[in-house]
Amino acid sequence: MAADAVDPGTARVNIFTDTWTYLTDWSHWQGDEGLLQLLVQQLLLSVTALAIAVAVGLPVALWLGHLGRGGFLAINISNVGRAVPTFALLALLVTADFPGVTTFGPYGRAGLATLIALALFALPPLITNGYVAVREVPADVRQAADGMGMTGWQKFTRVELPLAVPLIFSGVRLALVQVWATATIAALVAGPGLGRVITDGFFRSNYAKGIAGAVVVAAVALVLELVAGTVQRAVDPTPAAPSRRRGRGKQDPGRTVGEAAEPVGS
Amino acid sequence: MTLLAAAAAVGEPSCYSRLTNDWFCVQYVKDRQSEIVDATTQHLQITVEAVLLGVLIAFPLALAARRFPRLESSILGVSTGIYTIPSLALFPLLVPFTGLTATTVIIGLALYALTVLVRSMLEGLRSVPGDVRESATGLGYGPGRLLLKVELPLALPVIMAGLRVATVSTVALTTVGSLVAFGGLGNLIKDGVLTNFRAELLTAAVLCVVLAVLLDAVLVVAQWLLTPWTRGPRA
Repeated sequence: MAADAVDPGTARVNIFTDTWTYLTDWSHWQGDEGLLQLLVQQLLLSVTALAIAVAVGLPVALWLGHLGRGGFLAINISNVGRAVPTFALLALLVTADFPGVTTFGPYGRAGLATLIALALFALPPLITNGYVAVREVPADVRQAADGMGMTGWQKFTRVELPLAVPLIFSGVRLALVQVWATATIAALVAGPGLGRVITDGFFRSNYAKGIAGAVVVAAVALVLELVAGTVQRAVDPTPAAPSRRRGRGKQDPGRTVGEAAEPVGS
Repeated sequence: MTLLAAAAAVGEPSCYSRLTNDWFCVQYVKDRQSEIVDATTQHLQITVEAVLLGVLIAFPLALAARRFPRLESSILGVSTGIYTIPSLALFPLLVPFTGLTATTVIIGLALYALTVLVRSMLEGLRSVPGDVRESATGLGYGPGRLLLKVELPLALPVIMAGLRVATVSTVALTTVGSLVAFGGLGNLIKDGVLTNFRAELLTAAVLCVVLAVLLDAVLVVAQWLLTPWTRGPRA
């Protein structure tokens, strides 16, 4: 790098123009290993993993929240998930021998490893938020439900779940962000997806390609987050809630990320 | 019998050779000690610098967000937006500015830490009871002294909670820095994957988790020392 006699400013401009050229060249989007195909691959993987995690983790978390038990587990699973590097877990899964699995659809072994890692990393935000969401239903509302003679199941489905929806959904949204990020990292262990463009570009010193991949990944991440935010607002059964805060009803899409973190620490 | 076994052991390839490729291998740790120590040191250094940088940026932002409520949603929105970008994509985006250096990784990680840090600082400062603030003002505390002597100490538990979260996740994320060859233990993990070297891989992964737990413990102790009023006969 030091041997580069080019003025760093010029080099930077070059990289930007090269990246732009790469992105606007349609041939890079088409065909096998084209950006579009990788994008679809990664979206498929992410959605599948999220669906698995939701199907497995959410019912358990919600029911634990209803029972008010297992809070220790629900809170600490987040901490553990945070401490284990995604990259390390992916690497371990890829290197380990899966009995009898050599191909998994079009993705190969790294694909299955990625899928497992993605689903695992989607679990902590889902479980923590799901548990906290049901737990945080005000005690007087619960008592009112009891007083009306509701059974445990009725209380769970008619009172606690509707009130918990916003927080549950913010967990799903967090999980989606997490899954997309993890799916990108999968490329470091030769997994499928867009991250491959990034790693490929960097390992071959084709930085324009690497940066172009990064731009696409980042753009899709932001779009996913925006879409999830819109859906979240649409499913929120208590849309009037924000106006309780002073001033204009701030929507503040940002509040949700911290919400998973806060109950953990405090 | 024992002699035979010992002889066999000498003749056997070491547990990290290509033939055996064990997951756990003490011999590997002994033989490659310096490499492992170097990687761990780099990991620790990057993590600590990133978190410190994150705190340095987050604190003025939190103060600004508190002082000017109009800024709050944009500050939180932008930091959340950054948080949304996958780490493997954020590092390349910084490369045109900082090159393939440790700085790239440190800045990227600091940006990730921002989300949690700004939030916890805001929450912490807001958790200071209004009457405490009023009494301090009544005692003649100016805004600066009020912040340093009254508000910050009272906000510390919440801020520290955020700092712990940020630190632990930064330790994990540092591994991704191996993309630009500054990933600390991540470099060993990457090498382990490329060469199918299980002992290297698992050792580095375990060290990452150990490092996270250790740093978390350090922060817990620091908080315990910094907030002597929270432990008392009540507990």
